[in-house]
Amino acid sequence: MINISEVRETNKMIERENLDVRTITMGISLLDCIDADLPALKQKIYDKIYKSAYNLVKVGEEISTDYGIPIVNKRISVTPISLIGGSACRSPEDFAQIAHTLDKAAHDVGVNFLGGYSALVSKGMTEADRLLIESIPQALAETELVCSSVNVGSTKTGIDMDAVRLMGSIIKKTAERTADRGSIGCAKLVVFCNAPDDNPFMAGAFHGVTEADRILNIGVSGPGVVKKALESIHGEGFETLCETVKKTAFKVTRVGQLVAREASRRLGVPFGIIDLSLAPTPAIGDSVADILCEMGLEYAGAPGTTAALALLNDQVKKGGVMASSYVGGLSGAFIPVSEDQGMINAVNAGCLTLEKLEAMTCVCSVGLDMIAIPGDTKETTIAGIIADEMAIGMVNQKTTAVRLIPVIGKGVGEQVEFGGLLGYAPIMPVNPYGCDEFVNRRGRIPAPIHSFKN
Amino acid sequence: MQRAIITVVGKDTIGIIAGVCTYLAENHINILDISQTIVQGYFNMMMIVDVTTLDKPFGQVADELATLGQEKIGVQIKCQKEEIFNLMHRI
Repeated sequence: MINISEVRETNKMIERENLDVRTITMGISLLDCIDADLPALKQKIYDKIYKSAYNLVKVGEEISTDYGIPIVNKRISVTPISLIGGSACRSPEDFAQIAHTLDKAAHDVGVNFLGGYSALVSKGMTEADRLLIESIPQALAETELVCSSVNVGSTKTGIDMDAVRLMGSIIKKTAERTADRGSIGCAKLVVFCNAPDDNPFMAGAFHGVTEADRILNIGVSGPGVVKKALESIHGEGFETLCETVKKTAFKVTRVGQLVAREASRRLGVPFGIIDLSLAPTPAIGDSVADILCEMGLEYAGAPGTTAALALLNDQVKKGGVMASSYVGGLSGAFIPVSEDQGMINAVNAGCLTLEKLEAMTCVCSVGLDMIAIPGDTKETTIAGIIADEMAIGMVNQKTTAVRLIPVIGKGVGEQVEFGGLLGYAPIMPVNPYGCDEFVNRRGRIPAPIHSFKN
Repeated sequence: MQRAIITVVGKDTIGIIAGVCTYLAENHINILDISQTIVQGYFNMMMIVDVTTLDKPFGQVADELATLGQEKIGVQIKCQKEEIFNLMHRI
């Protein structure tokens, strides 16, 4: 039987170390909504989302009360809209109308975000894909809860450089359209390589075409819990370090598993996966960078950071896989800058640069995340940064992503405030040298060879 | 059987257990196990209770216990379903 110290440990994690379930995300397939008539399509989309998710928030809150565990976000992901709107939309403005429908549905069911305003163009773009991508700046500027993602590459197909170039300019335009709000539109826009179909985390969540009609994916969190556990083992060897991270990840994941099972039962929707990511928030102590410091680094970004992060990421997976049979999504440690106070401190101390962050993304999920850069950064430079990150994902057979925010009107040394879970970020310097000729080449980078690995 | 764990934490005072137990009796909640310690003047108690025969929603009981603790006794009372602890601490 459970004893008092175990109960106290669990409650201490929740009350003092920010243990929470970060998100319950309901994936909803919109494939059966496809219609050549735009008003009819919009109505079908709204009805399907509302009917599927009207009690998602209520059930989430009930589970939260029953077990005393906070469930921070309730979200929805839908089939990539470029596939759904292809036959009805003739212009970017048509696609933006669907974004408004999604936004209204998300508001009416009370979720925090809705993801899936997406296009999957890892080998090439259809006309619908191109129109959707061109509509992103308008869609993100005019809606509040809609999130967008574009998958521009994969290990199997290579990288669609035409899409990468286009995304460089789309990110810039999105920043300009939301310049009055710190260019926040870009915080809702992710560029992926090897995007997973079942990711519950925003802004990159969408409901893949290989998924069931409706599915529940759960994102757990708990950097604060891992940090606290590491506080007691200073000076111990790597074996103890790994064991401690693994055990903690196990406990955190089990909570996610419980919430997943209950939510699935109460909503009558099958459980999909648990995403084991350590997702930081701006709250003090809820930081992945602080875990790295606890391992023995002065700041995140110091030499040794990539190794420490690789260890952390791997142990989180090892512990989590033992706790749940269905692990998926991104599963690793997130290293966003604006959402992690430890990362912000490292940038402000001059310890963490864009280049070091790029190296860190080689060993962890997800990528260059929530990084504010000067508003006058060239479109081709943004495309070049995207191409680099996509290449890391393509060659290493992992998901990588880019969520850059060129903050219009601001430069290095200033900072931008997004508020809430998105936090604030210092503007980071970008390498000033150009890559125009490389990025402006047409076509795609071929898929890498899958042999002769060195 | 549906079981829940009640935890009571706060400054030690007269009538903590009486207050909690009275509420449980009034709501037909049977106590299966109690363990309690005092650490540096702080009262720590854990109860395992049977909530199978509750005549109101579980969430309401949790809220009423929290209010009872805060407003009448001056301690923090939490009531959570047992599975969260079992899953976290048992393979």
